[in-house]
Amino acid sequence: MSIIRLEQVVKIYKFGEFELKVLDDITVSIEKGEFVCIMGPSGSGKSTFMNIIGCLDTPTSGKYFLDGVDVSTFNLDELAEIRNKKIGFVFQQFNLLPRATALENVELPLIYSGVPSKQRKDMALEVLSKVGLTERANHYPRQLSGGQQQRVAIARALVNNPPIMLADEPTGNLDSKSSMEIMEIFKKLNEERGLTTIIVTHEPDIAAFGKRQIRFLDGKIVCDSTVCTVEVNP
Amino acid sequence: MIALSSIINIALRALKANAMRSFLAILGIIIGVGAVVTMVAIGSGASEKISSQISSIGSNLILVLPGATTQSGIRMGTGTQQTLTMTDAEAISKECSAVIAVAPAITGTAQVVFGNQNWATGVIGTTPDMVIVREWELISGRFVNEQDVRSGTKVAVIGQTVAERLFGELDPIGKVIRIKKIPFEVIGVLDRKGQSLTGQDQDDIIYVPITTAQRTLFGQTLPGRVRMIYAKASSLESIPQATEQIKTLLRQRHRIGPNQEDDFTVMDLTQMLKAAEESTKTMSILLGAIASVSLIVGGIGIMNIMLVSVTERTREIGIRMAVGAKPKDIRMQFLIEAVFLTTIGGIFGLLLGIGTSFAVASLMDWPISISLFSALIAFGFSAFVGVFFGFYPAYKASTLNPIEALRYE
Repeated sequence: MSIIRLEQVVKIYKFGEFELKVLDDITVSIEKGEFVCIMGPSGSGKSTFMNIIGCLDTPTSGKYFLDGVDVSTFNLDELAEIRNKKIGFVFQQFNLLPRATALENVELPLIYSGVPSKQRKDMALEVLSKVGLTERANHYPRQLSGGQQQRVAIARALVNNPPIMLADEPTGNLDSKSSMEIMEIFKKLNEERGLTTIIVTHEPDIAAFGKRQIRFLDGKIVCDSTVCTVEVNP
Repeated sequence: MIALSSIINIALRALKANAMRSFLAILGIIIGVGAVVTMVAIGSGASEKISSQISSIGSNLILVLPGATTQSGIRMGTGTQQTLTMTDAEAISKECSAVIAVAPAITGTAQVVFGNQNWATGVIGTTPDMVIVREWELISGRFVNEQDVRSGTKVAVIGQTVAERLFGELDPIGKVIRIKKIPFEVIGVLDRKGQSLTGQDQDDIIYVPITTAQRTLFGQTLPGRVRMIYAKASSLESIPQATEQIKTLLRQRHRIGPNQEDDFTVMDLTQMLKAAEESTKTMSILLGAIASVSLIVGGIGIMNIMLVSVTERTREIGIRMAVGAKPKDIRMQFLIEAVFLTTIGGIFGLLLGIGTSFAVASLMDWPISISLFSALIAFGFSAFVGVFFGFYPAYKASTLNPIEALRYE
């Protein structure tokens, strides 16, 4: 059974009278432990695709099975629960809380899953050590470099031990050295833990980390490396 | 479900981050609660004072005084004529059904001596029913009884002030005092009543049998005449009826024609005080209501700040939602922030109100009364203001779309 399965997913945004079909009949499966890179120009629908997979958004029509459960009909509370337990999100902008320390940022998902304070701290420290930031635990985001901030964000995504890691251009704001460090972390997590990883990127050398590449154009998947190895130019 | 302590922690942190703004936001609540507490303290202090005076003069009390009479075209003041008699008092007692107790009185002032102490005080000659009419307890000994009145014994019942002035620490019972140089045995001490409505010390008094007063102390009073008659109506509602009965009876007894003026005056003190109490109550409600307006204005200030806060922290809300915060978690967070603000405002407002009340009490010599109840009301109301005015901003925060919130710059 695929961990992620989308069936004929359509997403339409309405702006008054005007309708925009952002995702057009997407059917795709991603297996457990896959490392997938999503590519495509701006406005091709890849971010919406990520938002739907990440349960931040729901499809207009079609079905989304996560771990075999149809979540496309879930309500807001149920979606929040899925985001909390099953999805780790990493953003281009890091999206850390500026007034909270690295440790507190990592603890955030645990607050919403009701883990007691003491246990939260231990769990957060453990994942921080996995991304090599133990001694930065009490630093605030502004005291950390971009690469370090992104590592805090990865630790936050990992702390609830979710089966799926989603990253939307995680290296978009980083220099090439930090980018490689971050990608190595993703690669290691994928290989060691079998964490299903999906990364959106513009850069071919980042996309090369993926064992599978999916290319979006105008809301459709135009190339999926598991079915076609031919590079299609947008 | 997310732990409440975590939500409170988050809320506290957000408030601390904007300490100045938080303070200004709660200033409105502080002033509002302070105003309510002060106004209620002032208002209820006044009505409590009046209430205590009502009970100190004796409830349902009716006073009958000799009337202002006209002699050869000269109108004399109230009480210039000794028109009331002992038999008037007895008749009232017998014939007025709405009156349950009657006590005539002869009054005067006299110098009182005990040992090397002396003191000028009011001396009242009366009958045993005086303690019933005035609802006055004795702390020791007994009051003047029928036997005393019949035989005109030289006994005295003294008020607290007299007891303190003449006897200090000594037990006055059984001691002999000299009133106008005539020896009287002290047979009872009255309980403390405090000040009257006009500020007179009601405890500065000596009661003696009315017959004794007439014969030995105040000889200028014509025999059988009394200075005034105290009467007690059976209930508050029956006061007008009692007043009417007394008037009718006395007009008959004094043979006053239909077109002639009364030669006596009936005063209903309870009614007067009740009216005063009502108007003070109305005043305190009015003051409280005006003060509440400032509390509502303060609440609007809180709402305003919370709305700004939600907008400012849109991205934070997006992040929290992305990592699994449910709409109700977000709503709770902002609601608790608002309630926290108003509750802190409530605490400081309460302190401010208590401080202001005491300042008013000492500077303007105004009686105040801060009840636990009014403090709790002010406190509870400020928390309610937090919930009421915090709900909309919190609701707004909880309905944000996480994707848009994350993109918010």
